[in-house]
Amino acid sequence: MQDVLEIRIHGRGGQGVVTAAELLSVAAFREGRFAQAFPSFGSERMGAPVVSFCRVDDHAIRLREPVNHPDVVVVQDPTLLGSTDVFAGVADDGWILVNSSRDFAALGLGDWVKRFRPGRARCLPATELAREHLGRPLPGPALLGGLAGLTGLVRLESLAAAIRERFSTAVGDGNVAAATAAFQLARTEPAPC
Amino acid sequence: MLRQLECSRAIAEAVARCRPEVVCAYPITPQTHIVEALAELVREGALAPCEYINVESETSALSVALGASAAGARAYTATASQGLLHMAEVVYNVAGLGLPVVMTLGNRAVGAPINIWNDHSDAMALKDAGWIQLFARDSQEAVDLHVLAFRLAEELSIPVMVCVDGFVLTHSVEPLDVPAQALVDRFLPPYHPVQVLDTADPVSIGAMVGTDAFTEVRYLAHHKQLQALDRIPVLAAELAGLLGRSSGALLHPYRAEDAETLVVAMGSVTGTIEVAIDELRAAGVAAGAVALCAFRPFPLAALADALGRAQRVIVVERNLAPGLGGALASNVRMALRGRPIPVHTVIAGLGGRPITRAGLRRVVETAAKDELEDLHFLDLDVGAVERELARWGEQRRSGPSAENILRDAWRTR
Repeated sequence: MQDVLEIRIHGRGGQGVVTAAELLSVAAFREGRFAQAFPSFGSERMGAPVVSFCRVDDHAIRLREPVNHPDVVVVQDPTLLGSTDVFAGVADDGWILVNSSRDFAALGLGDWVKRFRPGRARCLPATELAREHLGRPLPGPALLGGLAGLTGLVRLESLAAAIRERFSTAVGDGNVAAATAAFQLARTEPAPC
Repeated sequence: MLRQLECSRAIAEAVARCRPEVVCAYPITPQTHIVEALAELVREGALAPCEYINVESETSALSVALGASAAGARAYTATASQGLLHMAEVVYNVAGLGLPVVMTLGNRAVGAPINIWNDHSDAMALKDAGWIQLFARDSQEAVDLHVLAFRLAEELSIPVMVCVDGFVLTHSVEPLDVPAQALVDRFLPPYHPVQVLDTADPVSIGAMVGTDAFTEVRYLAHHKQLQALDRIPVLAAELAGLLGRSSGALLHPYRAEDAETLVVAMGSVTGTIEVAIDELRAAGVAAGAVALCAFRPFPLAALADALGRAQRVIVVERNLAPGLGGALASNVRMALRGRPIPVHTVIAGLGGRPITRAGLRRVVETAAKDELEDLHFLDLDVGAVERELARWGEQRRSGPSAENILRDAWRTR
C-alpha cells in the first residue's frame, strides 16, 4: 500500500457521511498514522448529495485540497449513481465500495467495474446490516467495516474502538456488530463481478 | 497529548484552559461548533468559574464581552461573516476603548450572494477596526494562537481576532494537541486590567472626546499595534518553548531564502502551497512561500526581509476588493516599496472554491515565464462570465446574476 491513501465518501445529508470519514480517521489515528477527515464544501442538508474526504498517511498531512483522485470511493446511497459522477478521478488500481444488496450488473455497472483489479470493487448490503444489528438504516459504520475488510486500510479492532469512542453503549454495540458483519462479508465472499 | 479531534472542539478546549470568566456568543456557521463545545464545558463544570451568556444577536454578543472586559473579566466570543458585520460598531468600540477581548473568527464569505463557505471577506471588511488579526495556517496553530492571543491582548490591552478558515480548518478532524492546563497557566497570568469599572473606585470609560484628544487616542491605538510587532515574536518563542512546537509568528517563511518566485498568502492554504512549492522545486523551479500570521499589525519590515532576493511575488488571497484587486496584495506592495519587482494578485478560493496545488503550480509557472497578469482570478469560469455579460448586453431586465449563472451551470452539467 502506498504512503498516502485518499478516500472519498458519497451519500446524502443525514446518512452520516461526514461522521464516516471522521470515524475512519480516528481508526487510522489509533494505529499511529496521520489522518485528516473533512467535509466537502457544498450545500449540506437532509437528503442532498454530500461528500466527505479522508486522507491517511505515515507523515503529517499538509495538503488541504479536496480529494479529486481517490484511491477508495465509498457510495453510501446507490441512488446517487445516476445523478452524480461519484467515481470521478478514481484510478484503475483503486477500490470501489457501494452500499447495495444488488450486484454491479444489476446496478448497470457490470462492464464498467471490469477495469478494476479482481476483488477491488464490491457491493455490500450495508443498510440491511445496519437495520439488522442497529435497528436503524444508517449504513456508515457497516461500510467502514466493509472497507476495512476489502482494503486492509485499518484493522477491525481499531474501527470498533473508534465507533465505541463516538457512540453510546447500545448504539456503539449495534454499529460495531454491523461493521463486523460487513467486514466478514467483504473478506469471505468472492467479488460478484 | 495528540488526540484525533475536530479543530473547533480543540479550539474550545484551548479557550477553556485560558480560563475566560465570561463567554458569550450567538451561533453562526462555521463558528457554531466552537461555542457549542464551550457551552458544554461550562455546563459540565469543566470551565469554572465562567458565565456563559446566550444572547440574541452578534451585536449583543460582543457588547456583553465589552461590558465584561470593562468590568475586569477575561472575555471571549466568536463569530463569522455576516455575524461580524452585524457587530461591526461594537468591534470598533472594543478596540477604541482598548479592551482585551479575544474573538475567534471562523472565516466565511460575506453575502450577497449568501454563501456559508470560506474566504477572508469578513476579516478584511474590519481589518482597520483596531484589532490585532492573527491568521492560523493550520488546525494546530489555530488552537495554540488562542493561548497567545489572550496573553498578547492583556499585555497591551488591545483586542485580538484569531482568524480560522471556516470548514477547511474549523471542521477538519486531525491529530491535535490541546496545550495542557499547567502550561497554559505558566504562559498566561491572571488578567490585570489597566482600566476597570469598579464602584469602589469609579471611572468613566467611553467618554465623548472632541478635537482635543481624539487624534491622540487613535495614535495610541497605532502605537499598541507597533508594540505588538515586537511582542508577537517574543511571545511566540516563549510559547514554542513550552509546547515544543512553533505556533504563532509575524510570518512563516518556507524555502524562501533562495526563491526567485515567492508566494505570499494567509491561512489554511499554506499547507497546500508548501506541497506545491516542493513539487515545483523538484521540477527545478526556484519557488518559495511566506505565510503571514500577523495581518494586523502588518509586519512590513519582517516581510521585506523574508522576500529576500525574490524577482517576483505572487499574493494568493481569499478576498476581493472590487475595483482594486486585493487587500493583502496592496499591503504586500507597501512592504516592497522602493523595490522594482512585480507583485501579482491572485484572487482564489472565494466562497469556498477549493485552491488546488495544480492551480497554484500553474500560477507560479506562468509567473516564472513573465506571463501572469497583475490581477488574476484563479480558476475563473470565463465562459460563465461571458454568457452573463452577453445577457446584460441583450436586454435591460437580464435578471439576477447568481441565479442566471447557476441555471447555466446546471444546464451544462
